[in-house]
Amino acid sequence: MYYQPVIGLEVHVELKTKSKMFCTCSAIYFGQKPNTQTCPVCLGLPGALPVPNKQAIEWCMLIGMSLHCEIPFLAKFDRKNYFYPDLAKGYQISQYDEPFCQSGYMVLSSGKRIGIRRAHMEEDTGKLLHETVDGKKVSLIDFNRSGVPLVEIVTEPHFTNAVEVKEYLQKLQQIVRYLAVANADMEKGEMRLEPNISLRKMGETELPGYKVEVKNINSFSFVEKAITFEIARQAKLLDTDTLPVQETRGWDEDQKLTVSQRNKEEAADYRYFPEPDIPPFVWEKTYIEQVRKQLPELPEAKQKRFNATYSLPGYNAEILTRERTVADYFEEAVKIGKIHAIEAKKIANWMINKKIDIETVLPATLIKEIKSVEVVEELPEDTLKKIINNVIDSHGKVVTDYRNGKENALMFLVGQVMKEVKGKAKAETVREALINLLK
Amino acid sequence: MDFTRLTIAQVRKKLDRKEISSVELTKAYLERIGKLDRKLNAYITVTEKEALHTAKKADEKIAQGDASPLLGIPFSAKDMYLTKGIRTTAGSKVLENYIPQYSATVLEKMEHAGAVLVGKNNQDAWAHGASGEHSDFGPTKNPWNLAYIPGGSSSGPAVSVAADLASFAIATDTGGSIRQPASLCGITGLKPTYGRVSRYGVVAMASSFDTMGHFTRSVEDSALILSVTAGYDEHDATSSEKPVPHYASELKKNIKGLKIGMPKEYFTSGLDSNVSKTVKTAMHKLEELGAEIIPISLPHTQYGVGVYYILQTAEVSSNLARYDGIRYGNNRETFGDEAKRRIMLGTFVLAHGYYDAYYKRAMKIRTLIRQDFDIAFRKVDAIACPVSPTPAWKIGEKVSDPLAMYLADIFTVTANIAGIPGLAIPAGFAMGMPVGMQLLGPQFSEDILFRIGHQYQLTTDWHTRKPDLPV
Repeated sequence: MYYQPVIGLEVHVELKTKSKMFCTCSAIYFGQKPNTQTCPVCLGLPGALPVPNKQAIEWCMLIGMSLHCEIPFLAKFDRKNYFYPDLAKGYQISQYDEPFCQSGYMVLSSGKRIGIRRAHMEEDTGKLLHETVDGKKVSLIDFNRSGVPLVEIVTEPHFTNAVEVKEYLQKLQQIVRYLAVANADMEKGEMRLEPNISLRKMGETELPGYKVEVKNINSFSFVEKAITFEIARQAKLLDTDTLPVQETRGWDEDQKLTVSQRNKEEAADYRYFPEPDIPPFVWEKTYIEQVRKQLPELPEAKQKRFNATYSLPGYNAEILTRERTVADYFEEAVKIGKIHAIEAKKIANWMINKKIDIETVLPATLIKEIKSVEVVEELPEDTLKKIINNVIDSHGKVVTDYRNGKENALMFLVGQVMKEVKGKAKAETVREALINLLK
Repeated sequence: MDFTRLTIAQVRKKLDRKEISSVELTKAYLERIGKLDRKLNAYITVTEKEALHTAKKADEKIAQGDASPLLGIPFSAKDMYLTKGIRTTAGSKVLENYIPQYSATVLEKMEHAGAVLVGKNNQDAWAHGASGEHSDFGPTKNPWNLAYIPGGSSSGPAVSVAADLASFAIATDTGGSIRQPASLCGITGLKPTYGRVSRYGVVAMASSFDTMGHFTRSVEDSALILSVTAGYDEHDATSSEKPVPHYASELKKNIKGLKIGMPKEYFTSGLDSNVSKTVKTAMHKLEELGAEIIPISLPHTQYGVGVYYILQTAEVSSNLARYDGIRYGNNRETFGDEAKRRIMLGTFVLAHGYYDAYYKRAMKIRTLIRQDFDIAFRKVDAIACPVSPTPAWKIGEKVSDPLAMYLADIFTVTANIAGIPGLAIPAGFAMGMPVGMQLLGPQFSEDILFRIGHQYQLTTDWHTRKPDLPV
């Protein structure tokens, strides 16, 4: 029997705001001594009240906007009630039916659209540590992470294989890093994924009558393996006319399989209700537009622009736009390169092929390096002179500007000549020749 | 002269004229607590050492000419208010040994004002109850008759003011927990507008209803306290940024021409006839003072208790989840029956499949009750009505009938549902027990309520009556 996988994804991204979601404690908990970054609010002490972090909400909106989500004018927080020792208040402040962002999408490289159901804001929990103290096995709670802002992004069940899932995740990670709102380091738990997977017969369009959620996935490679495993496991069951159980399973990397953690009957009833401690939000249109203005150029747009402006081959543009810092570095180098008549294409090649470390090599230094090894096959002097004269003749106004003292005008003329000679002259030589001819 | 019987306004003069020091005044209260509280059980914790220390500091300031209104005045606080370094129990054994690391905003304001905390008051555990009998630290007794309940849930704070065991007391009102015991003990009790006073640092009962108010011996004192406690708090997202009016000057204005509504739904067959008569007499007095009494209707009043016991228990079930047995030293078995009952009710109304039928519907009726008041306040400046359908009842009388106990809230819950202010003032006696009148107004109209109450107290003496307690 042939089946079509139906896969949806829930991704949690930890925001890198300075303070926590509902209090002023530092949100940077990684590597900190346990329970040193806490206060009555994130410890859930009696009487403590949450006050929402505006920055975090705006960043959540930016993530939503990057995923083409609508930003509803009304939003609110809700309480998600459940018991777990690391949950300080016995409930998590989350968003249920009125999230900050909804109904978006992401386009994969194949052109396929993955629907985004919603992106909402919630708070992280504390962490349980199972240790041995004085020879006794104990569970300890560290509340440093309690209340760190999380954005949960939920897709529609539009994926049909692990490759699509992986591409989506990489793109999502890239977007939040571009927005500079999260580090999204999976190993540090700053980005967590929960795929839900089910199968239907080829050709069917209805959603299957069950789904299996897989937790405990902390790398892109695990997600691929877990999904592949689940598809095979469920197909085997369906082949024998057994409907897989609706349940939560965990990925076991050592055994390379998923293990049942909790079934439908044990599923929690979260008893959501509106968070009475935080008044609902009613956004002004102007405010949402103001937030939208903070959106930087996103990877896809940047890649397109790089292709068009610098005539880079698609592959190069993709590599250079993977990280915002690399893209910015490239554009800075191109700016400097222009003066020295070094083409963007050449800079791109250097950066990619020589694996330039942008942390240590300044863009200007890179240009110098490129220039120093450049062997210029020079044009005969009279040919060059002819070209220069042509440029002078056809840019009368610029020449006048130069003569009136505008130094920039000379740079422009050098640039024009360099374009004509197609690399067969040194910028320095052209500059000197121009100065002489314009005397 | 017994200084413990004076209002804040009266004792302020004595302090400023050095007729008495704050230390002497504090000692007088502590001594009275020592003598009477074994019978009344108004306190869970008496903070003698801290109180004398604060009083001494207050005296130093008074000597330097500081005449801040609450400087050196002894007060008590319901045990819902967190006090840094001082045990805070919420009346429950669950928190029997809990010593907070921080203080409630209201208490910080009190500290800043130089008021002297003499102790933490008894109450129905977690503020669940209308009689004071649900305290895990034993019931509080009504000073007018020790066989009677003082009302609840702020039983201890009410009794500490009524029996002169504190000059004033701060408390919480979620469904009537200040106004009802004020009425049953013959003192003045204010439930401010939701958002007027910060809730930060007060054990949450039902967060969308909880308001931070107080008990005093007069309306004038009540206004004085509110001018200290009111205002925006950056730690409470539901606190209002509205400026705080100058209540002291507002209450001096007369009430000529004020329109006061009389809601027919609050004078029904369920109302004790003596209470009805007393409240109507008081309203007649307001008329004499120049107010116009106008019959009005609040048609959704009958749904108030139902709506309240759905939404309130839902919030309670969530708010009490943090006492999970991992921290605070006691497990969930330690909860009393009433808390368990509310946790179960609240869990039920929020459960999958029941939410729409209960919680969601109750939210819709909450809106209707709010609208009732909105419509009424287009016609009138304030509303006058009873606080409690009956005077105080005997200890044990309703304790095994939770529904009867819930119905005691019938005239008070609506103000919490709508988030409006309510002021209870003594209006007379029925069968020897005090009866109060309730004044309700639009949101942030405390100034008008104070004005009506103060003008009433200028021409009546119900608020000056004291129970006869053998010392």
